[in-house]
Amino acid sequence: MPSGPSFYDSLKKKFGGLITGENLTALDPWIEVAPDGLVEVCQYLRDEPSLRFNFLNCITCVDYFEPDEKKAAKTGWQPHLEMVYHLYSLPNKISLVVKVMLPRWKDDVAGELPEVPTVSGVWSTADWHERETYDLSGIRFVGHPNLRRILCPEDWVGHPLRKDYEMPLEYHGIRNR
Amino acid sequence: MSIEVDDPRIIEFDVRTDEMLVNMGPQHPSTHGVLRLVLRTDGEIVSETTPHLGYLHRCAEKIGENLTPRQFIPYTDRMDYLAGMNMNLGWALTVEKLMKLEIPEKAKHLRVIIAELNRVASHLVGMGAYGLDLGTFSPFLYAFREREKILDLFEMVCGARLTYSYLTVGGATHDLPQGWLQKCEKFLKDFEPVIAECHALLTTNSIFIKRTAGIGVMSAEMAIDYGCTGPVLRGSGVDHDLRRDGEERYTEMYDGYAFEVIVEKDGHYPRDHQYPAVPREAILGDCWHRFYVRMLEVVQAIDLLRQAFDRYSTAKGPHSLSLKLGEKLPKGEAYLETEAPRGQMGFYIVSDGTSIPWRVRARSSCFCNLSVTHELCRGVLIADVPAIVGSLDIVMGEIDR
Repeated sequence: MPSGPSFYDSLKKKFGGLITGENLTALDPWIEVAPDGLVEVCQYLRDEPSLRFNFLNCITCVDYFEPDEKKAAKTGWQPHLEMVYHLYSLPNKISLVVKVMLPRWKDDVAGELPEVPTVSGVWSTADWHERETYDLSGIRFVGHPNLRRILCPEDWVGHPLRKDYEMPLEYHGIRNR
Repeated sequence: MSIEVDDPRIIEFDVRTDEMLVNMGPQHPSTHGVLRLVLRTDGEIVSETTPHLGYLHRCAEKIGENLTPRQFIPYTDRMDYLAGMNMNLGWALTVEKLMKLEIPEKAKHLRVIIAELNRVASHLVGMGAYGLDLGTFSPFLYAFREREKILDLFEMVCGARLTYSYLTVGGATHDLPQGWLQKCEKFLKDFEPVIAECHALLTTNSIFIKRTAGIGVMSAEMAIDYGCTGPVLRGSGVDHDLRRDGEERYTEMYDGYAFEVIVEKDGHYPRDHQYPAVPREAILGDCWHRFYVRMLEVVQAIDLLRQAFDRYSTAKGPHSLSLKLGEKLPKGEAYLETEAPRGQMGFYIVSDGTSIPWRVRARSSCFCNLSVTHELCRGVLIADVPAIVGSLDIVMGEIDR
């Protein structure tokens, strides 16, 4: 992780309200960025000489949603999606996690995928990783050059890593359940 | 001399080439699993390559959300099935990171032995299969003959030859059997001369050099931009190996081991005077360099193995922590990458405090390595496509998960 609170303070000073949270004492320290500022912040993290996060390890999405109502009352969080970007700096040998919080559905309309800007212009790794996240978790990456499914067939219905996903009853005449 | 309209030479100069889509796969023998490449070609020249994946998608991440970490170990075997031990290790370390477990000394050295031995086996397949990609069959036989012996050693250790589930959370399922180290040492002694044979068969083979040197050149910038790792990244001259640069939880396994990262510096690889020189035609970052890095890593793994033997035999303590099968996970999340034979394999685990993870994610190295193909295969000959894809040494099981 970049050294201490000074890193976070300078980031906060530079981007103000776009940095919406942090946990620098976690196992993998993370900062939270507003969706609108994601590309700008990522560009800075990559190019700033003292940081140089030039390597994107992984993009993933976690669905915080408990379908069971009884359990949902005990979870302690509101349903939401969390985009997680794991960054690494080859020159400085430090890592950082960037998180973006998203609603489960855009404007709370079930079935409308939430949107986040693509970072494939910052790191090319993001191209396929975002396609996978779109495919399995159902996030629309605005500005992505080729947002198609990658692991599931192109005509698959639904996004399997959503917690409320239900396997389609059949696929091209093949019974699934 | 005048040329008549019906002169046959006119036809020869007037062959029009149309753009054509050529479908390579999904079961092309040289694509390392079930990969389908759609090539847009003009004559022999490929202008665009589109990989289609997902044929081996087995929903590993979704399955991980329904099992305890110990139960998920067999599923990690089936990711990179040529390096099952390394996959086990990556997942086990990630869970240990989340649970903040301290692993006994003996287990650490045992893990180094097993992981490096699997690296040798994996690179042998990589080498042999690459020969197949380029149309030569004999290196494959040499490589598999040796790999077979490693599989025998693994069978002695855990009973399985491919899907081991041997390294697990807290250490390993069993200690190494009596007399195993001697057998392994004997294998290494017999194996070392074979490396020279492999070099003679491929590395210095003039046809092999013609097919690989200067083909599919990937710059260091491109490799980093696309998140390439492992021999692919080092083949482009980037000095990065997680066994040295990774997280402490992983690098402490290799603490005190003498080893150099296999990467070219000033036209030389570490200790390359013992091995064939880099041919003049080769350019840093081409298929030949990626292949050569793998070959040198085999030698390095043998060296590490010998060092680990000594440490393992003098280490005290148990080979594993005793943990319950359904041990409760602390609330939180952890991400860890390890240096698997094909690159950095990362696992991400999110827990809500129960014994079953809330979310499991596997970051595949081959997935990123494969994503450069459209850049590398632009403007090359059709025959070079298997050479380039083969040099990335992908395993589809890991890409599709």
